Amino acid sequence: MTTVDIAFLLNGRPVSLSVEPRLLLSDALRHHLGMTSTHVGCEQGVCGVCTILLDGAPARSCLMLAVMADGRSVTTAEGLSDPLAEQLRDSFQEHHALQCGFCTPAMLLTAHCLLSAHPEAGESQIREALSGNLCRCTGYQFIIDAVSSLTERGGEGDASHG
Amino acid sequence: MKPAHFEYFRAATIGEAVDKLGGDPEARLLAGGQSLIPAMNFRVARPSQLIDINGLEELKPLVARLPENILEVGALVRHQQIATSPLVQRYLPFMATVALSIGHWAIRSRGSVGGSLCHADPAAEWPAFMVAAGAEMVVAGPQKYRRIPADTFCSGFMETALGPGEMLVKIEIPLAQGGWGFWEVARRPGDFALAGAVCRRHHSRTTVTWFGADLSGPGTVTVESEGGAGHGTHFWEDAASRVLAVDDDYMLQILGYCADQACRQAQSDEGRDYDNR
Repeated sequence: MTTVDIAFLLNGRPVSLSVEPRLLLSDALRHHLGMTSTHVGCEQGVCGVCTILLDGAPARSCLMLAVMADGRSVTTAEGLSDPLAEQLRDSFQEHHALQCGFCTPAMLLTAHCLLSAHPEAGESQIREALSGNLCRCTGYQFIIDAVSSLTERGGEGDASHG
Repeated sequence: MKPAHFEYFRAATIGEAVDKLGGDPEARLLAGGQSLIPAMNFRVARPSQLIDINGLEELKPLVARLPENILEVGALVRHQQIATSPLVQRYLPFMATVALSIGHWAIRSRGSVGGSLCHADPAAEWPAFMVAAGAEMVVAGPQKYRRIPADTFCSGFMETALGPGEMLVKIEIPLAQGGWGFWEVARRPGDFALAGAVCRRHHSRTTVTWFGADLSGPGTVTVESEGGAGHGTHFWEDAASRVLAVDDDYMLQILGYCADQACRQAQSDEGRDYDNR
């Protein structure tokens, strides 16, 4: 078995490991690095629960090989620790934006990425950004509410609820 | 670990990638991986070797070559880059509209224009856009570079005109005049489109390029007529049934509808003023 040595920034801290080329980044994060917020659902890029931030942009970790993270910066929900992240967590709780929680880490990462770049985002932009993340509990509206309430418009947005 | 075993090679130059590719018919290039890796996760694809080209800076330009009136798009430019680039917004904003219709944000931030073109999925947007735009593919091969016009690049179901050991390096898109329109029908936003249409209008000439329905690739119809785009859905259904290998009524209705919507957009777009016009 040939392995490749890789090193990257994980939540701001350097990590290095030796991996088989066919190891998916999602599996490397969960099983080798203990980042269990990286959930594994469909493993074909559809469900979105394995979403991480690669150099600050959302990416499916099940559609990346771990070797492709070499030299890059990877953020998982464990690494979300700034004030916006705290506000998001609180807002998800207040708005009942989760039930089973399986989709939540990826929702938080995607929402964090959107609001960091676009604090003025309207509801349609939030819906578009989160459309790649499936949730089987909430019916989405509470998640949209939780994210909308943190925008500059404070949820008074560009579309009516419902 | 879902994919089957393969050798992994990180290419440092285009020449190195082409050498490796030419030396092993079962080797595949790894670009964004948004189609290849799911296929490998299912073990539908079992390449013997992956040649990772993500480190090749020569594949990443996104520049407007104004003397020639060309937008140069490197094969590794990601869909989301096209969607958000101020340069694209300035010179070919329609391309950003097409980019935003591809998959979801997380897919767009990894998937590449060149990867999508070479994968040649009949439901993909870029092959039809490139045909409509009259783009040219610049391809590196074992001996030399060559150019392939977009309308001969997709040669069949998930097949391209690329020969053994050839790789797409960049795409040159003319910044031509006229209006653009785009419409596609997908069951849910972000899903693969059932079908779609790209429309271009300039003066009395209307060109519609369809994708999705005909598995062999994009198909185009050009209509010369004065007096607006108001041909209507039935006109385009008939046109689609003549140029595409489609006889399913439902699919023809979708094609007619997409063409009609795209033409209406192109008609209103034609009046807009861009920097390149």
